[in-house]
Formats: sequence, structure tokens, C-alpha cells
Amino acid sequence: MIYWLFLAPVIAGLVAVVAPWRPAVAWLGATSSAVVLLLGIAFAVRVERAGPVGTGVVRVDALGAFMVIVIGAVSLLATVRSVSYLTDEVTRGHSTLRHAALYSTLVQGFIAAMLLAVVANNLGVLWVAIEATTVVTTFLVGHHRTRSALEASWKYIIICSVGIAVAFLGTVVLYLAGVHAGIANPLDFTSLAAHASLLNAPVVRLAFTLLVLGYGTKAGLVPLFSWLPDAHGQAPAPVSALMSGVLLSVALSAILRLRVIAVGALGPTFPRVLLLVIGLTTLVVAASMLLAQRDLKRLLAYSTMEHMGIMTVAAAVGGPLALTGVLLHILGHGLVKGVLFLDAGEVLRLDGTTRIDALRGLLSRRPAIGALLALGLAGLLGLPPFSIFLSELTMLRAEAGAGLWWVAGIVLVVLAVILAAVLAHARRVLLGPSEESTASPVSFSAPLGVALGAAVWFGILAWPLAHLLTLAAKVVA
Amino acid sequence: MTTFANALASAAVVVTVGAVVVLWRHRLRSIVVALAVQGVALALTAGLLAGHEHDRVLFAVALLVLAVKAVVIPGLLARVVAATPGARETDPLVNVPASLVVAGLLTLAAFIAARPIVALVGGPTGRLVPLGLATVLIGFFVMVARRRALSQVVGLLLVDNGIALVAFLVTSGVPVIVELGSSLDVLFGVVVLRVLLARLTAAGFSDLDQLRSLHD
Repeated sequence: MIYWLFLAPVIAGLVAVVAPWRPAVAWLGATSSAVVLLLGIAFAVRVERAGPVGTGVVRVDALGAFMVIVIGAVSLLATVRSVSYLTDEVTRGHSTLRHAALYSTLVQGFIAAMLLAVVANNLGVLWVAIEATTVVTTFLVGHHRTRSALEASWKYIIICSVGIAVAFLGTVVLYLAGVHAGIANPLDFTSLAAHASLLNAPVVRLAFTLLVLGYGTKAGLVPLFSWLPDAHGQAPAPVSALMSGVLLSVALSAILRLRVIAVGALGPTFPRVLLLVIGLTTLVVAASMLLAQRDLKRLLAYSTMEHMGIMTVAAAVGGPLALTGVLLHILGHGLVKGVLFLDAGEVLRLDGTTRIDALRGLLSRRPAIGALLALGLAGLLGLPPFSIFLSELTMLRAEAGAGLWWVAGIVLVVLAVILAAVLAHARRVLLGPSEESTASPVSFSAPLGVALGAAVWFGILAWPLAHLLTLAAKVVA
Repeated sequence: MTTFANALASAAVVVTVGAVVVLWRHRLRSIVVALAVQGVALALTAGLLAGHEHDRVLFAVALLVLAVKAVVIPGLLARVVAATPGARETDPLVNVPASLVVAGLLTLAAFIAARPIVALVGGPTGRLVPLGLATVLIGFFVMVARRRALSQVVGLLLVDNGIALVAFLVTSGVPVIVELGSSLDVLFGVVVLRVLLARLTAAGFSDLDQLRSLHD
């Protein structure tokens, strides 16, 4: 039953390979994302009623179902936008039909690989899936085929390959610990978590460190994060939306699952210290790069790093409250960041640049694009009523509740600094007079508006996700 | 020491020495040859373990490793090198004598880092785990200390071979399905890197110092 998840992306991807490219091919890709979203909801209902689905190498538990929903939602947004993006590229002669077809195929492969990563119940399958996302997205990052795009895709595949190699070493070491503890399926998440106390502690310590560093590379955590701003800055907007909105969270959700095993084998202290150090450093590095940022897309990329840092810190604290906050944050951030990257892509298409000092008076010049940027940034900075406000509050409460006041304090101070910096950048881009005003088509603003609406909805009402979130947080708490 | 233990140790040493040769040699052709020899030694390690444990599946894995790491991947790289005749790693960021000293220090570090694993595994295989880790660390060093884009790919493959050596030594290899999946992924990765390398060359980039247009 779980394999049905992959049917829609595989069909849409294959059609893009064999059929000559036309907008209908891109629409098929969007339909496939809608199917993934619906299947995610169906899995959620099933898991809430009757517990996890499947055994063996793939398994959908509450966290898996939740992540499938997030992947489906952000992919739907990005693939709907890809239709007009590709059509425009082809009509303007920036892309050949072959390149458009390649793009459509790779995006579906990308989505399928992420789905496999979140339903994998096996460390090896997880590794293969995350590595596959790197291989598939390299050409998407370099889609524009400029010198800069080439440079970004080279850095992307080299740095992520290093990270993923480190994660493989971690997997091997953890497998070794499992074999020596006599666990029947030493690569199974469920078996390892159930028998974690039998594992050899020094070996697990080494394995967990390697795994966090390795998968942390894909999640934009220090120390191997330098691919992130370049790749996000150069990739086509829908691809940036997918990477920032879900790929990084998918890698983070893998770390969440591994943390359960580490806590079981080592007790709470070591995993907490490791994740706190990495999370706080990521947060501070991202904030320092946000302060003097000169490019809108790179600003958004560093902001993604910031949010990954915030979530890693909360995951370090652990417990159901903190993890509920992290998961709600994954959803809220995915939606808002997806909207912002797509909006920035439209700015790039129309104005030919995303340099902050070259953009002025966006609100009066292009009201719809400007308004979406303003609202999206408000959501990103954690202003109410967006769900990021709620999830950040939840995470801060959990940190304070665990007695880690100083952690909550550092996070709050950094958030305040980032708020001031981003508002200053936003004021420059958004405000200012302009003689002319150009309207944007509803087909552009409507999907983005709906996504922002969803981010507000989950900031006010927990329905219908509350139960699923509680169950999913329990899986990794 | 038994013949098995001796043969295993020799094969593992060849893997690490292969990494050192990559640091030592300037000509890209010799570097690719060193990589191929390393692939053969790695396959031999797996084959020896398969023979020792009468494990047919592991023997198949050894053949797979031989095909991918000793033939296909070096072949792909050799074609890149052939396209740029006389290609050398000109002017690496760290010169050869200093590089070899660093390699020595990294090997020492590998022996220290591997202690928990050696303690857990023990025996003739466990003792050799630091050699795999040393290969991994030397691979990282090649990636940061060399300027050619191709050298970065070679460094990455050294890392990968080192990890494969660790995997064979500690557990006689991860389950075959994972081994298959990871070999395929690595192969696809190298194909992607090769295409990118060709595009870099076509765009007029020869070394990584020219990849400096993106920064803050």
C-alpha cells in the first residue's frame, strides 16, 4: 500500500521523459503532487485510527504521514508554479523543450526521493533516498546553465556528497553497534529504538555524531552549510522553494528519528549537548549573514538556515511539547518559505535582479508581488497570526520549561536581531514611490495566497492537524 | 598470524597507500591509476572475507565492487583526463612534503578515533579499521588541498573507498540491498560529476580558484 505513494511521481516523471514537452506535462506534475497530498491525508487518517502502516523497510507512522503531507503541500505549490515558469522560459527561448522536459522529470524524481526518505524505516534506505535527492537536484540547481549556476551546482554536489559520505560512515558504525548487541534487524529504526539500551555507548556516540554532521549537511546545519545560499540563489524559484521548504526538513526529520536511538543508548545529555552546540552555532552564523545581506534570494536562504537552527535547538531539548513545536514549525516554515521563494523568483523574472539595493518601491510598483512579499516576511519573522509565531512560542516554552532559560534567552535575542535586520531590508525593497503600477495575474497570486492562508489557519486553529501532530511528536519525543 | 589475516592486512594497507599515492603524485593519470588499484584492493578485501566466511552474497558484492570501483569509475575519470593531455595538479595549495606529513598525522588521528570500534570488533579485522578511517581523512584532505576540480572528485572517491573498507571490516559489509543501492548512487553521482566537469571545462574553468563568483 505504501508503494502507491510513488506511483503518481513515477508516472508523471516517465511521461515527461517520453512525451514531447508541453504545458500539459507540467500540469501532470502538479496533479501528481496533489495526489501525494491526498495520499498523505489518507495515511494520516489511517494512522490516527489504527496505528502505523507497514513493517519492514518502509513504514508510515504519524511522523511519516505528517511529512508526506508537508511534502505534498509544498510540492503542490512549487509544481503549480512550475507550469507558468517553464512555459515562460520556453516562450522566451531561455529553455529548450528538452531542458523543460528534463526539469519536469527531475522534479518528480526529487519528490519521489523525499517521499522514500520520510517513509524509510531502514537506515540504509534512508541513506539511499537522501543521496538520491542530491544526485537528482544537482541538475535542477544548474538549470539556468550560466557560469554562476554551474558553480553553484558544483559546490552543491561536492559538499553534499561529503556530508552524505559522513552519514554513510555513521550508518555503518551504528549498524556495527546493532550487530554486536544481537539486534535482529540492526538497520531498522524501530528495532534499534526498541533495543537502544543494549547498544555499545562509545560506538553509538561516534555513530550519532557522524550521522548528525552528515545529514546536517543536507539540513543546512553547521559546519557544512556553504552550499546552501549559492544553490538557493541560483536554482529556479520552484526548486529553491522545494529545497528550502521541504528537503532540509526531510533531512532534519531523519535526525529527529536518529536522536531517539541516541537518547535510548546514551541517555539525554550527549545528544542534547551535540544538537545544542550545532543548533545555536547555525542560528548565530545565519543571523550574522542576514545582517548585511545584499541579495533577496540569499537572504531567504540564510533565513532557512536560521529556522533549521531554531528547530535543532528545540529538538535538543526534547520532550513532546518541544517536538510538537518543531513539527508545526516544519509545516509553517515550508509553506511561508515556499511562497517567498516563488515570489522572489517572480521579482527576478520581471526586474532581472534580486539585489536588495536595486529593488525599490515594490509595493507600489507591483502591488500583488509586494504584498505577498510583505505578508510572507511577516509570517517568516514569526508575527502573529502566522503559525510560525505559535510554533516558536511553543519551542521557547519547552526550552524554558526544561530549565534551559539561557537557551531560550539566546534564541530570543537572535530572533530579535534578525527581526530588526530583515525589517530594515524589507523596508528598502517594499517602500518608496513609483510612477507606474503593474498588476500580476490571479494565476500567480492565488496559489501563493492560499498557501499563506494555510499558514495563518494553522496559527489560529489546530484543527484538523492537532491529533496527528501530537502522535507524530510522540514518535520522536 | 594466519595467511588470511596477512592477506587481509595487505589488501587494507594497499587501500590506504593508494590514498597516499594520490597525495604524492602530480600527474592526473597516475592519480586515476592509484584509484583503480585501490578499487582492486577493496574488492580483494571483500573477496577474502567472503572466502573466510563462506558467504556467497558477499562474494557477489566483491565482484560488484571490482566492476564499479576498479573499472567503471576509473574508466569514466580516465576519459576526462584523456580529454586534457598532460594534465597535472599544478601548484596544489599544500605542497607534497607537507601533504605527506599531514597524511601521517591524519593516520594517527584515525587510530585514536577508531578506538571504540577496534575495542568492540577486535580480532584480525577490527585491527584494520583505522586504515579505513585514515583513507577517509586523507580523502577529505585531498578535497581541500587540491585545486583541480577533478582532484575534488578523486578526494570524494577516496572517502567513499575508505568507508567501504570500514564497512567490510567491521560487519563483512552492510546488507546486500544497501550495498547495491549505495553503489548505484555513487555511480550516478560520478556520472553527474563527470557531466558537470565537462560543462566546467566547456565554460573555461580549469581550476577551482575561478569558482569564486558566488559569495557574500
